[in-house]
This record gives sequence, C-alpha cells and structure tokens, in this order.
Amino acid sequence: MRAYKPKNDLQKKSYYNDRFFVTPQLEKKSVFSDSTFSADYLSLKNIVDIQDSYIQLDHLVIYINHTDNLKAIKHLKSIRAYDFMMELSAIDYVAQRGGFEIFYELLSTTKHKRIRVKTFIREEQAIESVDSLFRMADWSEREMYDMYGVKVNNHPNLKRILMPDDWHGHPLRKSYPLQGDEAASWYEVDQIFGKEARQTIGAELRDAACVDRYDTQRFARLGHEVPKGVEISEGNEPNTPIRYQEEGGVQLFGKKLVTPFDEMEKTVLKERR
Amino acid sequence: MAQHKVNYLADGGEAIKLTTVDKIVNFGRSNSLWPMTYGLACCAIEMMAAGGSRFDFDRFGTIFRASPRQSDVIVVAGTLTKKHAQFMRRLYDQMPDPKWVISMGSCANTGGMFNTYATVQGVDRIVPVDIYLPGCAPRPETLQYALMMLQRKIRREPANMAQKAKRLI
Repeated sequence: MRAYKPKNDLQKKSYYNDRFFVTPQLEKKSVFSDSTFSADYLSLKNIVDIQDSYIQLDHLVIYINHTDNLKAIKHLKSIRAYDFMMELSAIDYVAQRGGFEIFYELLSTTKHKRIRVKTFIREEQAIESVDSLFRMADWSEREMYDMYGVKVNNHPNLKRILMPDDWHGHPLRKSYPLQGDEAASWYEVDQIFGKEARQTIGAELRDAACVDRYDTQRFARLGHEVPKGVEISEGNEPNTPIRYQEEGGVQLFGKKLVTPFDEMEKTVLKERR
Repeated sequence: MAQHKVNYLADGGEAIKLTTVDKIVNFGRSNSLWPMTYGLACCAIEMMAAGGSRFDFDRFGTIFRASPRQSDVIVVAGTLTKKHAQFMRRLYDQMPDPKWVISMGSCANTGGMFNTYATVQGVDRIVPVDIYLPGCAPRPETLQYALMMLQRKIRREPANMAQKAKRLI
C-alpha cells in the first residue's frame, strides 16, 4: 500500500516548487546495440555529416546539419525504406540557443522501426522543404511556419494554415503571451468594426467570473428592464414585474383553455370504484 | 345566401376578439421564433438535442432554419474564435429585423475556459446579446428555458421597438 498523505491542505500547497528542476533524461543507448539501426546509421554516415546519434525509447535519433535535411531524408526514404513521415515540427530554443530545433519523425512500415532526424537552425535561417519527398510535409511545414515563424524554402504554398492570414506574430513561440499581444486582443474588433471602435467596445474582459448587474449595455435585465445604456446604480434600480401571457388563463372564444388550479375548488372522489 | 346562421354568442363564444397591435404582433413573434442553425462546438450537440424529438423545440414554434435570411434568433452555441468572428457578424447582419441573440454556454458568454489569444472573450464584443445562458455545456432543458425567457422578453416589449436596428456601436 502507498503511504498515506494528508490531503486537506492540498489547495494551499504550491503545485510545483523546484524552480531549477531538470527533467531526468531517458536512457540513451548506443546506436550499435541494435543491428537494424546500426546498418541505417552506417549507411547514412556515408551521405551526410552526423553530429550525434543514439537510441532512445526504441527510436534512432540522429542530429544533422540543417543544410543536409533533404539529402538525409531522401536517403532514408529511398535506400533505407523509411517510407512514412509521421510528424515534423519545430521546438523553440530561441531563449537558450537562439534558434529552433526541427525534427522529422520517420517510420518504416516494412522494418517496423522509427527514426527521428533532428537539426538546428538559427532564428533567421530558413530550412529546405521536404514536400517533394512526403506530401504530408506540405501542411506540417505550413503549421511550423504559422506557429513558429520558421521559413521554409521551396515550399509550394507557404502561408498560414491555422491563424488568419493577417495575424500578427507566431503563437507557439515561447515569447508569445498566452492571452495574446496587442494586435491579437483587438483582432476581431479591428476586423469587423475598424480601429476607431476600440474606444467604444473597450478592452477584453479576461475575468470570466465578472458579472456587472448594473451594466445595461451588455446585459438584458429581465424583471428590471431599462432602456439600453441607461445609467443605473445600486438603490435606484427600477422594479418592473414580469407579466405572463398565461396569467389568468388563456382565453379562446370565451372558454378558458388553461385555468389556474384552485386549491379550494378541487373535487375529490368520495370513494374509489 | 346562407342557408343557416351560426349564433356565435350562443354556440361557444364570440368571433371577434379585441386586443392591441403590440400583443398580437408579439404573440406571433414570440411563438414562431426561428433560430439559425449555428453550432460552433460541443454546445451545438445540446442544441441539436433540444431541437430533436426528445426535448422537442417544435412545440414552442421554434424550427431551426438553415439560412440567416429566414431566421430571427441566432443561438451562438460554442466557442467563437477570432478568425471566425467576422463570419458570425456577417451572418448576424444578414438576418432580417427584428432579431435576437442567445449566447449559449460559457465560451460564448465570456470565452469560458479558453482564456487564450485565439478566442473571442464573449460574443457580446461583436453582436448585441439578449439572453446569456450559463453552463458548460447547458442541458437542452436550459436552452428551452432560455428560449422561454426570450419569449417573455419579446412579449414585454413594444412591437415596433424591435424594428429599430440593434447595433453594438
């Protein structure tokens, strides 16, 4: 059994303490511990310059120069039978190393092996497109460009895929604020009403729990209805009671279709038959 | 020549009913609210359930329409992204007056749990909202209740008031 820990002060405790916590690394094995991977590695080594390589979680990970990416992936696809590209994207290391790490995940459906090709580019550098080898790279590279701002050379249609075309900034960068920058917070207002409407509409309200009952611009006030935009404050709130159409029963041609239930007029059967 | 005469006063009541224009117009409007089919996220599933036979919106005279030009209420059911905001506003502008808006669920009301760069923080930033319906997602009964509240709101207001174009700015 696990040791019991008192849970009544769980909310008060900080969820995460160690500021300088370093994630423990998974075990890295030598490339030559696997016969298939070592053959792939030796074959690829003749083609491109390999900076680093290891096997981690049954993946062969190789680091190459960013200029060699097309050559290396072409070799892995045509000669080494890695015929399926599962994923490609970038990792933001702008703050630590001044650039992005690009990774390509490849799968061999015949050998049942997976390879991860990694490369590093500086922030202003561009990467060569692998769209000519794998068609899936078309959208993945567009997403990489959209989310990180990584330029891709020789891409057939390099434009944003998720964000609108006139969006400012690249949202998955570590430097991008989660709640959006200045352009993002006014995007829909500028788009629909124009910049001059910013004053009228006002800044975004980020507190979801905030309800102002005296706000007559945005809230319909059932039971206390006033014309839109009227200034009211606590104390001088007008009280207009709700009237229902059904009150007193609905009349149709002299007969009351719905009559309100009267406790005094109810009839009870004297005895059950 | 009529061969027989119906005595309305004797046989079940008068054939003439006196009322006001406001009441008869609002009676018609409130009992035939046609919402636009406008589902954005998971709230749309509840909206569809409310329209289906189990909860049955038809008995309120509420029939979902596929075109903004045939509808007079829009139920914003789900998360509105900033990219989509201009299309939502365009659909609203295409609806003929009088028109009403029900903001369904936390996301449409305030942005909800999507406190991020890509979500509109409440649809009232782009269209005037009549009923805010809380919940994540609200049950179909709650949507029915919101619709009944909207009906009450319509019955209370003068008939020509809704003819004035409601603009946010």
